[in-house]
Amino acid sequence: MVQVRIWGSLASATDDQTEVEIEAGTLRELLDGLAEKYPGLKPQLDRGVSVAIDGKVYNDSWFTPIRPDSEVVLLARLRGG
Amino acid sequence: MALDAKMDGKLDFKVVGTRVNRPDGIDKVTGRARFGADMTAPGMLVGKVLRSPHAHAKIKSIDTSAAEALEGVLAVVTRADFPEVELDEGTWDVLDNCMAGEKALYDGHAVAAVAAASESVAKKALKLIKVDYEPLPHVIAVDDAMKADAPALHDGRQVENVPEGMGANVVARYEFGHGDIEAGLGKADKVLERTYKTEATHQGYIEPHACLAQVGSDGQADLWCCTQGQYMVRDTCAAIMGLSQSRLKVTASEIGGGFGGKTTVFIEPVALALSKKSGRPVKMVMSRSEVLRATGPTASSSIDIRLGMTEDGQITAGFAELRYQGGAYPGSPVEFGSMSAFAPYDLENVKTVGWDVVANRPKQAAYRAPGAPMAAFAVESAIDELAKGLGLDPLEVRLKNAAREGTKAAYGVTYPAIGLEATLRTAKDHPHWTAPLGENQGRGVACGFWFNFGGNTCVTLNVTPDGTVNVIEGNPDIGGSRASMSMMAAEELGVPYERVRTVIADTASLGLNDVTDGSRVTFAVGLATIEAARAAKREMCKRAAMVWGIDEEAVVWEDGAARPSGPNAGKHDPMTLADIAAIASNTGGPIAGHSEINAEGAGVSFATHMVDTEVDPESGAVKILRYTVFQDAGKAVHPDYVEGQFQGGAVQGIGWALNEAYIYGEDGVLQNPGFLDYRVPVASDLPMIDTVILEIPNPGHPYGVRGVGETSIVPPLAAIANSVSAAAGVRMTSLPMSPPKVLKAIQTG
Repeated sequence: MVQVRIWGSLASATDDQTEVEIEAGTLRELLDGLAEKYPGLKPQLDRGVSVAIDGKVYNDSWFTPIRPDSEVVLLARLRGG
Repeated sequence: MALDAKMDGKLDFKVVGTRVNRPDGIDKVTGRARFGADMTAPGMLVGKVLRSPHAHAKIKSIDTSAAEALEGVLAVVTRADFPEVELDEGTWDVLDNCMAGEKALYDGHAVAAVAAASESVAKKALKLIKVDYEPLPHVIAVDDAMKADAPALHDGRQVENVPEGMGANVVARYEFGHGDIEAGLGKADKVLERTYKTEATHQGYIEPHACLAQVGSDGQADLWCCTQGQYMVRDTCAAIMGLSQSRLKVTASEIGGGFGGKTTVFIEPVALALSKKSGRPVKMVMSRSEVLRATGPTASSSIDIRLGMTEDGQITAGFAELRYQGGAYPGSPVEFGSMSAFAPYDLENVKTVGWDVVANRPKQAAYRAPGAPMAAFAVESAIDELAKGLGLDPLEVRLKNAAREGTKAAYGVTYPAIGLEATLRTAKDHPHWTAPLGENQGRGVACGFWFNFGGNTCVTLNVTPDGTVNVIEGNPDIGGSRASMSMMAAEELGVPYERVRTVIADTASLGLNDVTDGSRVTFAVGLATIEAARAAKREMCKRAAMVWGIDEEAVVWEDGAARPSGPNAGKHDPMTLADIAAIASNTGGPIAGHSEINAEGAGVSFATHMVDTEVDPESGAVKILRYTVFQDAGKAVHPDYVEGQFQGGAVQGIGWALNEAYIYGEDGVLQNPGFLDYRVPVASDLPMIDTVILEIPNPGHPYGVRGVGETSIVPPLAAIANSVSAAAGVRMTSLPMSPPKVLKAIQTG
């Protein structure tokens, strides 16, 4: 299981938890797992998120490995100027 | 072959870190460089846009018959001329912004366009288009737009987490943080509560948007335009026009500045629609007035801060509620303001709440570190006021609370090695910090943060028969990327910089490249360039091994040549890149290296800015006396460009802090759509911006590179406000700090 930190305004979709556990070994499994376990997150996942894994930010790389002890943080989809 | 693994983390650079000549210098000073408006085609028409004079109005009907009948007019388009295709919400908003549908949502919103044989005919035709508007109430300011009874721009655009009862213009809510704010404030010796306001500002790029579109009767289309991302233009326009992406080839011109404002489209789909309808190439060039009325400035903001501090300068809690209006469509950068507001600090109790709000203003576009400068203005002003109120050194307070490796940032991530503390210590030790100040003068400091990221990137590196090298990349050169890529390729290959030329490809020539934003290019395209060079080196080692009749594993690439290595390799004279290139046809054909990646691992970046100002107590005018930027750049590939990024960010921040603002009349019409009334800083307003580059390597890049383009605009608003507040003897909480506003603050205390 991977501990995932989500931002506060999404907690209404996760029973008011800002840290949730998902069975995932890759980024794709993580995103699929979040959508399946917490359907209320799906609109935001569809709009786009970034994910920080051990301090590095990933956007789309489905097969990025995630270790059980990785720090995983869901972020608003990063954009820049 | 055994690649030279020492390259990773190497410190003995030969090319990287030097100040080589920029490859576009002569073109740009002689006028040879071709910008967006320089493109022409045989039979070309001139396209012009009719724009709404109302801030908010229902479009009841549009009669184009008189315009179409005018001699020399070959096409008139309205929204009805765009194909009915299924678009995602974001792309639909882009289309509706490029050409209004049912409603005009701001002064300057496009409602129709013409293509004519000349500009004068096109302008005359615009006057013949009859639009029947039903004016509607409008709203401009963010706090007004949030009210439940404010005029609503849209129905049904609120996302799922906006609480019931909020006004229809409040379209999204974000919340970040950890800990217990009230408990933290309870531990403070002093708590500050303040509201800060910033105005919308434009990126102020010198080159207005321009494009040339040509749609053939066979359905193939070409577009030349000034953009930060030709692939973004291709994908957006193809979706809007119902074209497959492979049928639309987009070529980026030279670019006269973007700063985020050219990461979307405004006239490009319109030019394509006009070309399709007329059967002729159509060129469109925006005026400065159009740029200000109808392209994307950044958001305006209204921010509440609550900050607690102990007598010895420990921040016990930080709370920010941020309200950003991003113009007529959802998408203000308030989430990034909310994530970055307290990012420089190690706080036990921190929370930010962000509200995305729509108003009757042009659709905002990205502007360098979108959303972060206004958040930093609020937080860094509050820290400064609290520190000074407690008799503490504001720089020491920042050092005491600075985020370090292992800090859990307010936005949730635990930092790896970061450079904030280094920028603060360097600032503290710099002569600027202790230089004497005169009467009516003040000094301010502030910190700033930006995320940086990577993204989809493709690079091809071709070794030419004469032993020189072409690098082909797919991101327009905004901040020196051609020089930087050539330098990294030269470094990796071990050849002189002068033997490498980097060019920018059109969309048909390379795979997808994400738009030039997020300070991604030197990092991500550099990564791909290094990988492409390494692929070419592998191939050249293989060719040398063939010539020598040994295993390719027994060949290494060192100092620009393939060399035998290992006990069984035998003795062979090294083969240089030129030697191998000369016989490439004999050894298997042309040599090239490719890299197609989705780059990850960009490192976050921090800066500290220090500024001295003088306030004229009689007029309220502010003069910038001295300005120093301290920023962690990772490895500075070309220090001139890095310094230029630092200086440019500071200068744009000076404009944002002191003068720039969108000024609207009661009628919701923009009052200052020109550079005479929308005042950006000019050279005579500025001292030399001093820079100190700190090179804390990014472990996610083989040369330690991290993005530098955006962080430098984050601290200036607050640093200047802190300086002006010290000089004027009154706390400034609203930007811009124009002379009347400063004078009023001085007079009212």
